[in-house]
Amino acid sequence: MSFPWAKQYQPANGFTKWIDEKLPLPRLVYNAVGAGYPVPRNLNYMWNFGVLAGFCLMMQIVTGVVLAMHYAANAQVAFASVEHIMRDVNWGWLMRYAHANGASFFFVVIYLHIFRGLFYSSYKAPREMIWILGVVIFLLMMATAFMGYVLPWGQMSFWGAKVITGLFSAIPLVGEPIQVWLLGGYAPDNAALNRFYSLHFLLPFVIAGTVILHIWALHIPGSSNPTGVEVKSESDTVPFHPYYTVKDGFGLGIFLLVFFTFVFFLPNFLGHPDNYIPANPLSTPAHIVPEWYFWPFYAILRAFTTDFIISAKLWGVIAMFASILIWFLLPWLDRSPVRSGHYRPLFRKFFWFGFMPALLVLFICGGAPAEQPYIMLSQLATAYYFLHFLVILPIVSAMETPEELPYSITQAVLHSDKKPVLGENTSPAV
Amino acid sequence: MVRLISIFVGIGFAFVAMVAFVIGVYGWATEPTEKTAEYTFHLYPRDFQFSFEGPFGRWDQVELQRGYKVYKEVCAACHGLEFVAFRNLADLGYSEAQIKAEAANWQVPGIDPVTGEATTRPGTPTDYFPSPYPNDVAARAANNNAIPPDLSLITKARPNGTDYTASLLTGYTDPNTFQIDGKLLRQEFPDFTVPEGLHFNPYFHSLNIAMAPPLTSTGQVTYDDGTEATIRQMSHDVAAFLTWAAEPKMIERKQTGWAALGFVLFATVLAYLAKQQIWAPVKPKNRKTKPNAS
Ligand code: HEC
Ligand code: HEM
Repeated sequence: MSFPWAKQYQPANGFTKWIDEKLPLPRLVYNAVGAGYPVPRNLNYMWNFGVLAGFCLMMQIVTGVVLAMHYAANAQVAFASVEHIMRDVNWGWLMRYAHANGASFFFVVIYLHIFRGLFYSSYKAPREMIWILGVVIFLLMMATAFMGYVLPWGQMSFWGAKVITGLFSAIPLVGEPIQVWLLGGYAPDNAALNRFYSLHFLLPFVIAGTVILHIWALHIPGSSNPTGVEVKSESDTVPFHPYYTVKDGFGLGIFLLVFFTFVFFLPNFLGHPDNYIPANPLSTPAHIVPEWYFWPFYAILRAFTTDFIISAKLWGVIAMFASILIWFLLPWLDRSPVRSGHYRPLFRKFFWFGFMPALLVLFICGGAPAEQPYIMLSQLATAYYFLHFLVILPIVSAMETPEELPYSITQAVLHSDKKPVLGENTSPAV
Repeated sequence: MVRLISIFVGIGFAFVAMVAFVIGVYGWATEPTEKTAEYTFHLYPRDFQFSFEGPFGRWDQVELQRGYKVYKEVCAACHGLEFVAFRNLADLGYSEAQIKAEAANWQVPGIDPVTGEATTRPGTPTDYFPSPYPNDVAARAANNNAIPPDLSLITKARPNGTDYTASLLTGYTDPNTFQIDGKLLRQEFPDFTVPEGLHFNPYFHSLNIAMAPPLTSTGQVTYDDGTEATIRQMSHDVAAFLTWAAEPKMIERKQTGWAALGFVLFATVLAYLAKQQIWAPVKPKNRKTKPNAS
């Protein structure tokens, strides 16, 4: 891994030497997020979100473990046990609001992280595996967040669980038995609540494991950068520590300022009031909406309103899952030899004026009631969404003429770079 | 190959979405959905002013005490407060002795120490506010088949809940004269009726609520502090009390928030200065000066 000019770990004293021989953990950290990891010198703030995502994951685990000490996963008492946390547990309200808003902010961070990957095509070779693991992490996050939302056993918890597991009933023949099997009953109840709790506790650690693989895969080619030109020589990079540790520290501060504003002053702004009503199987809420971070996908689910060979519901379910699964193929759908959207004039137009507006429309429609004009808007946006990834991207990337790239990162930053001379470190990549 | 199949699949999804689009738009254009009375004449909560609003909000203990009195003397006949214990009344400024005496005014479910039969006993500070009905069936039977919801979380369980509660209590009006922007409900929807046992209230989602107007006259509750108990005043006070009941830690939360934000702001400024200093040598200062020396 890493570049030939990466600094080497030097144990400073007898003890660290001893550790380095027995278990070179400090060396691992030094090479992963220390001075031993050379990083492009031109990263912009879009490259802060990976570290922030890691912070969010840790924060969710810490607050979640504390909540688990006081929460009771039983349909009779779950709602009351959450109120007990809010009212009687010392700092319980803080743990709960931090965990609930933390989930939302985790998604904010991840969406920006994915956005970065899409605009700068970070998914391209040699980083396909990083991207694939990222999509796996995202899917795991969605499952975790969905099951976590069921735990307080409010109205939206219950009806959300019912609607989402009900999606499986769209599968012909085996659909109903699958739904009953998933829930452990005909409707969400104790069995469902208990298994969701068990999985909600487990999955974050699966995510943590996948994140380790994600970062391992990252450290083989190293980070990409806003120009998309690969690192060529030492002057293109700076050591991760102290340059990016301090920049990520500053980014974390900005993140916490916004996050704390929500936790302490608007803790229920991102939530739904109905979830403060205890679950009631006999009373269906007027509008069942998922949390905001699922809205675009919920809009795709509901966009298919017409039976066509298979049932409309099944189309919706397939399309919703497909809308994320197609991300796996992105490295092979986008053929452009150039990564960064800054140098791809046609791609850039479709990205800003097609893809982003479509996503915005899907987001708004997913949170809106299932009525016109939202349905027809979400249908247009859904059509564009699939066309964008599966049709436009392959074609545009094959035909467009990219703009001229800087010779190197150093050149991009300093507007000059001495061309490599024989015997100097040059990396032949792209 | 991947791309070829993808283009095919992409066009497929887009096609089906567009078929649904065309059929949907056709249906919408030919038979537009009629606007209902609930849609046209439902009102959003009015804006009431409260001391605990905003980032610097504080409880007004006297107001909470007045609100508690309204709850106790009016609402408690039909609504419970299951997540609030008598000991929590300390937040309202009552002393330990006062709370003990107050709790004893309430009858809570108990067990006869001799026979073991279910009975009631005077409350103690650790007891929670009792529900007025033994079960939902009894609650329905007494209220025209509607269950009066427990009020411990009501201000969080409705959008804009504090203003909503105050608006609802002051919002009962006559459907025959009710109008918005000069449009009379009676004229727009001649068929609109208020079913037997329901009461017209435009702040309620279906316009007809099963709760009879609970606050009907000035002086219905006698305030200890001499404040005139108008309907608006009582509604305001009880909404404040219920906001406290739903989120007793609200003020503590906001105050902690200022400390947390202050600390993070300080740390962020330090991090920014550190970043500027560390990056200075490798930043291109400006195009004319020579590239970094280090
Ligand atoms: C005579 C019994 C009775 C009294 C007294 C009463 N309520 Fe109600 N209340 C009800 C019933 C019944 C409902 C359910 C209405 C429905 O669902 O249509 C209700 C519903 C409510 C709701 C919920 C409305 C909604 O959005 O679902 C609030 C808030 C409320 N009451 C507040 C109060 C307050 C505050 C008081 C005291 C000032 C009070 N009530 C006194 C019977 C009562
Ligand atoms: C728990 C969630 C995640 C964590 C903790 C995490 C962490 C990280 C970190 C620390 C980096 C390096 C810093 C950076 O480039 O910003 C990174 C890079 C990357 N991540 Fe993630 N990530 C997560 C989820 C995802 C997801 C969901 C995707 C995409 C679907 C993704 C795609 C990528 C890619 C492509 C890179 C390399 C980018 C580049 O170097 O240009 N990650 N991730």
